[in-house]
Amino acid sequence: MAPLAPRSGDAIFASVERVNAELFTLTYGAIVRQLLTDLEEVEEVNKQLDQMGYNIGIRLVDEFLAKSNVSRCTDFKETAEVIAKVGFKMFLGVTASVSNWDADGTCCSIILEDNPLVDFVELPDTCQGLYYCNVLSGVIRGALEMVSMKTEVTWVRDMLRGDDAFELQVKLLKQVPEEYPYKDDE
Amino acid sequence: MQFFGGSEISPSPPAPTASGNNAHMIYVFNRNGVCLLYREWNRPLHTLNQQQDHKLMFGLLFSLKSLTAKMDPTSAEKGNLGVPQLPGQGCSFHSFRTNTYKLSFMESPSGIKIILVTHPRTGDLRESLKYIYNLYVEYVVKNPIYTPGTPIRCELFNTTLDQYARSIA
Repeated sequence: MAPLAPRSGDAIFASVERVNAELFTLTYGAIVRQLLTDLEEVEEVNKQLDQMGYNIGIRLVDEFLAKSNVSRCTDFKETAEVIAKVGFKMFLGVTASVSNWDADGTCCSIILEDNPLVDFVELPDTCQGLYYCNVLSGVIRGALEMVSMKTEVTWVRDMLRGDDAFELQVKLLKQVPEEYPYKDDE
Repeated sequence: MQFFGGSEISPSPPAPTASGNNAHMIYVFNRNGVCLLYREWNRPLHTLNQQQDHKLMFGLLFSLKSLTAKMDPTSAEKGNLGVPQLPGQGCSFHSFRTNTYKLSFMESPSGIKIILVTHPRTGDLRESLKYIYNLYVEYVVKNPIYTPGTPIRCELFNTTLDQYARSIA
């Protein structure tokens, strides 16, 4: 039997179980608010959101691979396209776009026009410096680490800080191929 | 010459075995060689202790992958034998058959390896392995109690897997 072809983001998004968008947004908002109350420092909250995203990402990647049937991407350009077109569509229902490639193809920007996490959200003055959607950068970093890519993901533009879109910069640091894990001590 | 089994499309009905199971055993490894799951349904002969058995299986697959990629006549660029490859890259073998069993293998790009050992007349199990990978995602990955990278201790996953293994032709 021939292997299944990769499915498009729309097709998968239509077939998975979905949750009410407002519930999702409000739940995420509650998490961020609680973190702010517990940790008080905005930098700490940013780090914690990134860590949470990382823990989500390492699990999410298997679900992504199982549902979407994508095979191994040949290069980082393809990886970024797959994340933007299939990944974001499948999990958040929004399509992102990829741009700003650098000369050697290791650094790009993923741009989100629409972000369900930030509906109804406005940052107060006490929370300047907060990356509200930092969980997304953790998710991407975690997921890519499970497919042998060490990356650094940072926010370039953030609509909650007055910019016109959400822009994530994803920089590939290195590919880490798997090594034989057992020492030769047999 | 005797012909066993049906066509490629519809697998032959399961041949009756002593235990009623067609699958002998299943291994699931992660990218670091940790054996996440080992279940056996029909394995009369045990030669090694568990630890050694897992190491042997993992080592076998690691070497086979390396070897099959190196021997690939269609690929232009080949790494040297023994150079670590990214999971899923290059050509990947999916099964081998001996006169007493068939071993089917699937590796996801995230390094999760699923190995199913069945009786030798089994057809192509790639779809079954994909299904098992989906089961793994649903019952294990999405389980908040489970810590990734540790052996799986989810009863629900084990039961569902047992049921599914019984139905594999």
